[in-house]
Amino acid sequence: MVYWNIFWAFFVTNILGYGGGPATIPLIQKEVVTRGWLTHQEFNEALAMGNSLPGPIATKMAGYIGFHEGGILGSILAVFATVAPSLILMLTLMGILYKYRHSIQVKRMTLYVKPTIAVLLGVMAYNSFHDSYSQIGIGQFLFLGVISYILMEKVKLHPAFIVMGALLYGGLNL
Amino acid sequence: MKQLNIFIAFFRSSMLGYGGGPSTIPLVHKEVVERFKWMNDEEFGDVLAIGNTLPGPINTKMAGYIGFKVGGKIGMINAIVATILPTIILMVVLLTTLVTFKDLKWVQGMTKAIVPVVGVMLGVLTWQFIEASVKGLKWPFTIGHILVGIVLMQYFHIHPGFIIGGLLLFAVVKPTKSVEGKKSKGLSA
Repeated sequence: MVYWNIFWAFFVTNILGYGGGPATIPLIQKEVVTRGWLTHQEFNEALAMGNSLPGPIATKMAGYIGFHEGGILGSILAVFATVAPSLILMLTLMGILYKYRHSIQVKRMTLYVKPTIAVLLGVMAYNSFHDSYSQIGIGQFLFLGVISYILMEKVKLHPAFIVMGALLYGGLNL
Repeated sequence: MKQLNIFIAFFRSSMLGYGGGPSTIPLVHKEVVERFKWMNDEEFGDVLAIGNTLPGPINTKMAGYIGFKVGGKIGMINAIVATILPTIILMVVLLTTLVTFKDLKWVQGMTKAIVPVVGVMLGVLTWQFIEASVKGLKWPFTIGHILVGIVLMQYFHIHPGFIIGGLLLFAVVKPTKSVEGKKSKGLSA
């Protein structure tokens, strides 16, 4: 049953996630936290780790969460549910899709869901800020938030270094 | 040799790219079009456009399709494994280690310090999605859409799946040239 749940959770999130892996993150969070597989905090840790490692994000999250819930088989199932359905569609429907690759409807599909994804991501960002503020207080929270924003967006430092720096700071000071 | 090249191409593009699949696409392009010349620019653009018509992660669709085209079924599996497996293993090992030591005080400090950083990452990602919406939908429409989304999801607790499903359906059935159709959009969400 747990294996079916793992498959279903990742199948649904990826069938709904238009706009590549990052668009599926809030949907994955909703499934995973609602089912009680991970807490908000644990999901955030996984996401931080995922963002500091290279490569696609959706499969990293699926691989880890699947492993957390159902071991190696769980991990394989979660990744399979993430990757296979849309790839199978792509390989089998190539001819039809080729005809519609520049159609307005198709462009609208990815465009219309974007504001909704932005809301979902924005709510996740807000929740992280709120959690952090109550965990470490306003001073530390602002310090870490502002520094990491500057390093990420202005200095364009690789996120792996920012996450490592935060881990070091937290290990020593918090 | 061909299978080895497939592995190298997708391993390298995945390990050098961060920020999720979509930001790795230029690196895949570099390997597939420029280095190994499996496709020309136009073909690659077509495959990317077709990949975008389908949901789910884009990178694995590209890897699967290109791998299949170049090296058959083995090539397909090879390309996908090269794209995703190394980072999944790293992820599982690192996080499992962190969870094992989570009762130590300094590990707790580490996990607390991570939360604001994740918040900033999500905030930046949110802004990227808003910018992309504005490009296609303009400001008033994007803001209206966002407000309706917040009300439906945060106050009425409607599952985002239904909203996204509704929007996708609307994108397909809406008449192509009509301006009138836009007005019913908030309602259809």
